[in-house]
Amino acid sequence: MALVETRALVKRFGAFTAVDGISFAVNRGEVVGFLGPNGAGKSTTMKLIAGFLEPTSGSAAIGGHDSQTDAIAARRQLGYLPEGAPLYPDMTVSDFLEFVAAMRGMTGAKARDRLAELVERIELAEVWDRRIEALSKGFKRRVGIAQALVHDPDVLILDEPTDGLDPNQKHEVRELIHSIAANKAIIISTHILEEVEAVCTRAIIIARGKMLSDSTPEELMSRTAATDAQGKPRSGSVRLEEVFRDITHPKKLETAGA
Amino acid sequence: MNTTLLVFRRELAAYFSTPIAAVFLVVFLAGVAGMTFFVANFFDRGQADLSAFFLWHPWLFLVLMPAIGMRLWAEERRSGTIELIMTLPVSPWSLVVGKWLAAWVFAGLALVLTMPLWVTVNYLGSPDNGVILMSYVGSWLLAGAYLAIATCMSALTKNQILAFIGAVVVNFLFVMAGFDLVLAAVRPWAPNVIIEAIASLSFIGHFQRIAEGVLEIPALIFFISLIFFALWLNVRILEVRKAA
Repeated sequence: MALVETRALVKRFGAFTAVDGISFAVNRGEVVGFLGPNGAGKSTTMKLIAGFLEPTSGSAAIGGHDSQTDAIAARRQLGYLPEGAPLYPDMTVSDFLEFVAAMRGMTGAKARDRLAELVERIELAEVWDRRIEALSKGFKRRVGIAQALVHDPDVLILDEPTDGLDPNQKHEVRELIHSIAANKAIIISTHILEEVEAVCTRAIIIARGKMLSDSTPEELMSRTAATDAQGKPRSGSVRLEEVFRDITHPKKLETAGA
Repeated sequence: MNTTLLVFRRELAAYFSTPIAAVFLVVFLAGVAGMTFFVANFFDRGQADLSAFFLWHPWLFLVLMPAIGMRLWAEERRSGTIELIMTLPVSPWSLVVGKWLAAWVFAGLALVLTMPLWVTVNYLGSPDNGVILMSYVGSWLLAGAYLAIATCMSALTKNQILAFIGAVVVNFLFVMAGFDLVLAAVRPWAPNVIIEAIASLSFIGHFQRIAEGVLEIPALIFFISLIFFALWLNVRILEVRKAA
């Protein structure tokens, strides 16, 4: 059974259709990258799967539990990093992560051991007792990721997990995702195409609320030439970028929609 | 631990993590003292009771309770943390009740800090302490009702100022429900039953009956059911906004 499944997901805000009939399934071991221009509906789709928004029609399920009608069971299996990694600025890192763990029903030694493990893995020791508002962007993002991993969930939805990080931090986050990917279903959204090449097993391209492509990064790359005009080999992300531009170009979308 | 208590603890700590708590308590105590001594002339009355003190609570709370409650949801909407907390595997009831409870306990603390006045009247004379105790209970319940409405308004917007204004307006209508200002608007066209029903929603009427010291069960039930209704509405607002 797929750990994440969406069926003909539609979300309208007034006259504007943000998500327009998106269906896909994600299995254990898959890392799906959501790609698309700004405003394409990536974040809205993630909010719908997480159950924060209610779909206009269609449905989303996590571990077989509907995000709306069986929300609590669905959320138990979900770790979610919302857009912009929002956190409570007035709390210390330790208070915040202990709060999230307790809200997820983890107490005593179990919570302590898990948090200790996360602190080491995500390297939060030096900011453990600092207030979140005093942290750098990189640390805030890492606290946001730690918060999503507290209960070691089967499903991870990370909205732009590396946004605002420096290259080293980006690399670390990708390593982290890589290291936990084998027994989870992970969805990340990103603008950065090299990220797709680095961590994703599958890339879904969304524009104007519609799914335009669903394939492996390799398949995507194979749609364009492996060498440039001078015959030099081109890197994967350059090739992905070209395919991405080709698929999501506004002119192309208009003709596709017409 | 129970998730409602966890939310309660976090929210109460949030009040004290900024200077807001201290500022609020100073404003509240200065307001109470000003009303009691200068407007209601506590000393000139020559009576050992606290009615001059409790008389002004509905008016003072009208502004101060929305100031405590306005941040509860609006701040989460503004910063996006609402997305974090609403995707935890807990019922929206524990979030709503936990938040309201934190604000209510904070208001209770402000009331406790006025107790030197109680000590003073006991020093000056021999007041009916039963009446004073009931008045405190009534005042705290009144604060709870104001706060439940303020929390509700806060869930509607990400703008704390709007939440504050909305809460003051709705609370004001409840305060004025027993007065001609509101009743005159319905009297020309509504049957008597409706006029009486509206008048019976008056916060002041119920509060005064409790403050007179009689154990007014209907007045207690009124405040408790109003709080419950406002919290239920709060949960509904959260659910409806998901679909918006």
